[in-house]
Amino acid sequence: MSRKEKDNSLITPERFMDEFMRLKRGSVSRRHFLGITGLGLAATVMGGAMRPFGSMAMAEDLGKQMSIATWPNYHDPATFEAFTAATGVAVEVNVFGSNEEMLAKLQAGASGWDLFVPTNYTISTYVQLGLIDELDLTKVPNFSAATENPRFTSEGKVDGKTFALPKNWGTTGFAVNTDKIKKPMASWKDFFEVAMTEADGRAMVHDYQLTTIGNALVSLGYSFNSIKPEELAKAEELLLKVKPHLFAINSDYQPAMRAGDAWLTMCWTNDGAQLNRDVPDIAYILGKDGGEIWTDYYAIPKDAPNKAAGYALLNFLMDPAVAVKEHIANGAPATDSRVIDLLPKEITSNKIVYPDEAALTPLEFGAAVTLTDPGRAELMARFKSA
Amino acid sequence: MASLDTRKKLVTAALIAPAALWLFFFLVLPFIAMVGFSFGERGAAGGYQPGFTLEHYANLGARSMAYVNTLTLAPIGSLLCLLIAYPAAYYLAVKSNPNHRLLLVSLVIIPFWTSLLVRTYAWMYILGSRGIPNLLDMIGIENVRMLNTPGAVLLGIVYGYLPLMIMPIYVSLEKLDRRLLEASADLGARPISTFFSVTLPLSLPGVMTGVALVTILLLGEYLIPQLLGGGKVFFLGNALVDLFLQSRNWPFGSAIAVTLVLIVVIVLMIAMRIAWRVSGTRQVDLV
Repeated sequence: MSRKEKDNSLITPERFMDEFMRLKRGSVSRRHFLGITGLGLAATVMGGAMRPFGSMAMAEDLGKQMSIATWPNYHDPATFEAFTAATGVAVEVNVFGSNEEMLAKLQAGASGWDLFVPTNYTISTYVQLGLIDELDLTKVPNFSAATENPRFTSEGKVDGKTFALPKNWGTTGFAVNTDKIKKPMASWKDFFEVAMTEADGRAMVHDYQLTTIGNALVSLGYSFNSIKPEELAKAEELLLKVKPHLFAINSDYQPAMRAGDAWLTMCWTNDGAQLNRDVPDIAYILGKDGGEIWTDYYAIPKDAPNKAAGYALLNFLMDPAVAVKEHIANGAPATDSRVIDLLPKEITSNKIVYPDEAALTPLEFGAAVTLTDPGRAELMARFKSA
Repeated sequence: MASLDTRKKLVTAALIAPAALWLFFFLVLPFIAMVGFSFGERGAAGGYQPGFTLEHYANLGARSMAYVNTLTLAPIGSLLCLLIAYPAAYYLAVKSNPNHRLLLVSLVIIPFWTSLLVRTYAWMYILGSRGIPNLLDMIGIENVRMLNTPGAVLLGIVYGYLPLMIMPIYVSLEKLDRRLLEASADLGARPISTFFSVTLPLSLPGVMTGVALVTILLLGEYLIPQLLGGGKVFFLGNALVDLFLQSRNWPFGSAIAVTLVLIVVIVLMIAMRIAWRVSGTRQVDLV
């Protein structure tokens, strides 16, 4: 068939991913990508479809500028460009390394964010401190409660009121370079043993109390969320024993794993999927003894300077056609079945991204108290400064 | 005459006022606030809650390793910088061809135009498995680890702060009166004894400035231990970032920050004393 016909026919998932990878490698322009995949057309159509809402929002005056606080490697930059093209509002993206940093910034006041991406266990704390707004769902018509899995919507609600809408979920397991480490690994117990032996000087733990202490607790047979002093003392003992063998205490573990400096690291789903895609020797493993399952949400700060734009971007991101691109870029699993239906099969059949239900059973959601407990915060600081 | 004196004083006061106000609002006031915070309590969900307690000062021992690391690695780093910087500055100021001097001095300064963060990331690559260890691997030396070691931290410190040490020493050597060297030679001193009895003492104010500048900045260092030390070699700067951003224990962080300021003041006072003594004057500009 002629090139023109080919361009106009519906794109297959395989070809979509081919083109997408070419775009990521920089061998095709974004314009070419949008044209060949039909997403450019989709954006135009969507822009038209959004007009009624758009004009309603315009009546509220979206302004020229808004700001979102989120995680590294978490969005498709084209998403924000498309939003700016549709609404005229420029999006400033602030990147953070931990929920604690976000909380510290919001507590200090005047963060300037109109939308941000907190993790499940922080939401009740934000509500309690009066830092976020109850969401007005009439301003987010693209959100569909019916197609969301309740496992992922419940923590966005406090006392029956919705304060946050889910972005995506994921797990915290570990990534291991199977070319370097031959011992089969299946649990956090294995993780800490191998970190002190076969992976001596090559293992990384997060610079994040929730996961580093949580997984040490799990390896000892305790709950990921424990704040019992005697259990925390055991976890501290283990972490201090492991510390001299570690390569680094750092949540930015992708560069070291890719370079081969580190062979073993605590790892979040989306990073695990990206690492495994580019370096097939790197496997992503969920602890059969436990670990964390998490959901990241969107919420609007109480002191947001441009709430209208915050709602407009939230609604834009809830559109399945937009969300599907976000998920392809970021690699973490979607919470909305409308989005899952649109995702290419290579993604939905990837066991790193969508693990079996059995693998998820031992995992726990982080609890609010786990984030705010001063005992855990101080333990982490002692571990790092030891 | 009195009115002229008064006018002079008024003019002086008017000239000093902007700087004094700036110092007051951006240095003294925040410091007072920080001292105030350091006696308060940690809020239930973190942050600060008014109160009065000395517990945070009593608890400083919980960060003893951060004090030890900072108070050993900052002077060691500073000394290493000095050992490399002095010959370099001497060459630039005394030995180099005056026609090339500007170019050579620029080469020392130019790296400063790039963010230290970017340059430190470059070192992460050079010291990481794909860098020098990879070259060593090719000639048969396997599995060398360079990144995230105390050596890498010291290397990063020397690399990052060397220009700050070279420049003041260069300046003090540059304005050295060459006639003194000639006189020394005429009186029969060999170059080596001229260096130790004339050049070195006259450049000591520059050395003290460099040492004070580098040591003080190193006391607050955060980035290099984090990136080249893998977050395992903890400085006071890292303890502060942790306390304000992760544990959100502002009062404890403030208490540590207050002690850090006191340490800096002590270092500065000692450096000034030494500089006064060696130069025999009370007019030494350290920073």
